[in-house]
Amino acid sequence: MTLPSLLSALQFDEVRQRCGIVFVEWRVANDAEIHAEVAIDDVRPMVAALIEYGCRLAAVFAEDRSNADSGFLIYYVFESLRDQRFLLVRTSIPLNSPAFPSVAAEVPAVNWQEREIQDWFGLVAEGHPNPRRVALHDNWPEIHPLRKDFPIDTVLPPFEGEQHVYRPTLGEGVFQIPVGPVHAGIIEPGHFNFAVAGEPILYLQLRMFYTHKGIEKRFEQLPINRAVYLAESISGDSSFSHGTAFCQAIERAAGVEIPTRAKRMRTVLLELERLYNHVGDIGAIATDVGFGVANAHASRLRELILSVNEELSGSRLLRGVVCPGGVRHDWEPQQVEYCAEALGRFEWEFADLMQIIDGSDSTRDRLERTGFLDPQKARDLGIVGVAGRASGIDRDLRRDHPYAAYDEVPFEVPVYQEGDVLRRMRVRVDETLLSLWIIREMLTKLIPGPHCVAIPPLPPDCVAIGAVEGWRGEILHWIRTGSHGRLERCKIKDPSLNNWPALVEAVQGNIVPDFPVINKSFNLSYSGTDR
Amino acid sequence: MFHIFKKAAQTRLVTIGYPQEPARIPGHFRGAPRFEFSGWRDARPAADACPTGAIAIEKSAERRRVTIDYGLCIYCGQCAEADRSGAVKITRDFELAVRERGDLITIAEYLLEPDGMQKTLASLHKGLPSENDLLEPLEHKVQERIHKILGRSLAIREVDAGSCNGCEIEIGALNNPVYDLERLGIHFVASPRHADMLLVTGPVTRNMELALAKTYRATPEPKLVVAVGACGISGGIFGRNYATVGGVDTVVPVDVFIPGCPPRPHALLHGILLALGRMEQRVTKGHSASSEPFR
Repeated sequence: MTLPSLLSALQFDEVRQRCGIVFVEWRVANDAEIHAEVAIDDVRPMVAALIEYGCRLAAVFAEDRSNADSGFLIYYVFESLRDQRFLLVRTSIPLNSPAFPSVAAEVPAVNWQEREIQDWFGLVAEGHPNPRRVALHDNWPEIHPLRKDFPIDTVLPPFEGEQHVYRPTLGEGVFQIPVGPVHAGIIEPGHFNFAVAGEPILYLQLRMFYTHKGIEKRFEQLPINRAVYLAESISGDSSFSHGTAFCQAIERAAGVEIPTRAKRMRTVLLELERLYNHVGDIGAIATDVGFGVANAHASRLRELILSVNEELSGSRLLRGVVCPGGVRHDWEPQQVEYCAEALGRFEWEFADLMQIIDGSDSTRDRLERTGFLDPQKARDLGIVGVAGRASGIDRDLRRDHPYAAYDEVPFEVPVYQEGDVLRRMRVRVDETLLSLWIIREMLTKLIPGPHCVAIPPLPPDCVAIGAVEGWRGEILHWIRTGSHGRLERCKIKDPSLNNWPALVEAVQGNIVPDFPVINKSFNLSYSGTDR
Repeated sequence: MFHIFKKAAQTRLVTIGYPQEPARIPGHFRGAPRFEFSGWRDARPAADACPTGAIAIEKSAERRRVTIDYGLCIYCGQCAEADRSGAVKITRDFELAVRERGDLITIAEYLLEPDGMQKTLASLHKGLPSENDLLEPLEHKVQERIHKILGRSLAIREVDAGSCNGCEIEIGALNNPVYDLERLGIHFVASPRHADMLLVTGPVTRNMELALAKTYRATPEPKLVVAVGACGISGGIFGRNYATVGGVDTVVPVDVFIPGCPPRPHALLHGILLALGRMEQRVTKGHSASSEPFR
């Protein structure tokens, strides 16, 4: 869908008028958000109606407001291709019955998110088709860490019992392959339980949250300026995107518009992050089908981008650059020159790399129709980002909800329908070229000016959302400010949380030796999921 | 096939010479902060700005105790920006790996003026004494023996015990043609049973505690453990909470600590080679001893 047709379509206000749902409150909070409230009994019809009108339920999360005598609140974040704003609908949960209506049966995309609320807040998702624990392992005691009365430094006793009970693997000639949490490669921990019949995978069961480190709770401890560094450590390969999403939420809460130069600098850095990850993934996909020489060149190119990162920010992973109000340091002309020159070299070297990869029929043979994710399933599961675009989901926050300086560079979002490993690689290739173009545009427009503005101290109870299309997909940060320059709550939604169920779908019927390349084509963040 | 050969001929050698040759580190790299302890008038702005508490101050009557911990530092450079006196400078030092956790810590005690400014430096302790000091001669012998067995060829098993994946990105980079770990006789293996060294990132989460302990037990003796990154050393910005137990050494004994957030590949190389006795420790008792501050 192109930009003009978006604008002519329905906006949230029209959806509200037509859907027949009574909203207790409906308020345009700022140019990026509408805040609304419904009664708890209206939640299910409200979600159904909005989805009927083409809105997408992007996130569901909870908040403990017992300190403010309001009990618990549940928030539903909607996104629409037809509206640049996000719609946040909240509902309050009566103190005497700590439960909320589950919509996971109708919207499988929020399956894990509702179960997180159960685990972290002790609120029951009524009617959830699979209400087992997800964020806390089965051997954890009955605790609800995100409740306000739970001290973060609680020391839990040693765990006993099963970490997770897997569905049994039964049948003649059917056996299971348990893998993890410590994997064979240099990757993050998680447990995969494959049920296989000979070589083909019958089904895969996942157990995540091995790297759960209490990040959302930790956000409530740190002063805002230090919390930026925590945001950068949510997912190592998306440091800058997570940091930017967090800072955007702070800026929006403060009602501050960052300077044009800062917007453009952020855009450059966001695209650099996309570049180094995409080219790294293209190489890794090549490795997993035994094409080492392609990876050697790809990882060399990735090093080139990391050196640009370091030249521009002092950090190879772009840490310590973004700050509420803009970026911490301005660039000198030599730095910008270095960047432009390196990217010029990157461009022709990348063309050579793709010539090598595309010239290999056996590589294409391994990638095509491997790890197929059906577009319908992708839509039902709410798959985002690269994986979604390879399965026909035409969404990209950079175009749909422009932030930083993306409104200055309208572009065509690459979308494929085939949903296989090859197309997930193709999306990356197309986006790499797109990133190069965006960076070049930004560098030419980089006129002098301030790179940062001061953020006034925030009063308590400011709420705002920050949304960034990280290289993997949609990153959301939602904050409520508290007293003494701290946060009352920070909700983080990494794209990986949406996309793990897609991996489960995509591996079915594939052979075990193809699992690594299918997994790599999604390349999801364990830490971003587990927080 | 033709393109592959053409590209290889065009590309030539890209592997760095470090550690045989000095590392070429970009000018804007943010390394370790350096502190001018004797002239430091006020540690409060730097301590206030530090996101992880790597600069901590304790005040008693007329004294201030300033603790600097490179094992908590995430090298963000906020301290140097906040401290306008010039007593804190960011350097390009990256060879920060040490054998003793205490070597990363410096404690400075100041007498205070009535207005809270630091008057004079009363004492400066670089490095913390450790119980291992008593064992030093014995430990030396054991170390030499381990170096003899493992020094020339080493198999590493990497264990992510809860990190954000930042350290894994840099550890993974050691396998690329630029850093090419194998040229030093070192390679990564898939099983702890094949490993001589565990390279562990943190913070160790409650959910990975058991997996890490089991991995350690599965690794044959003699074995080395290297803790990577601020989180692997101390829990870093996450600290210890209901879901984490902090640094790697709370679960398994650690031979070398590599600071950084994440440590750049050169720093990882230095730490791994330090554990093998093939490189020297550069940080001696809380103070980094290499290049000049550049800003």
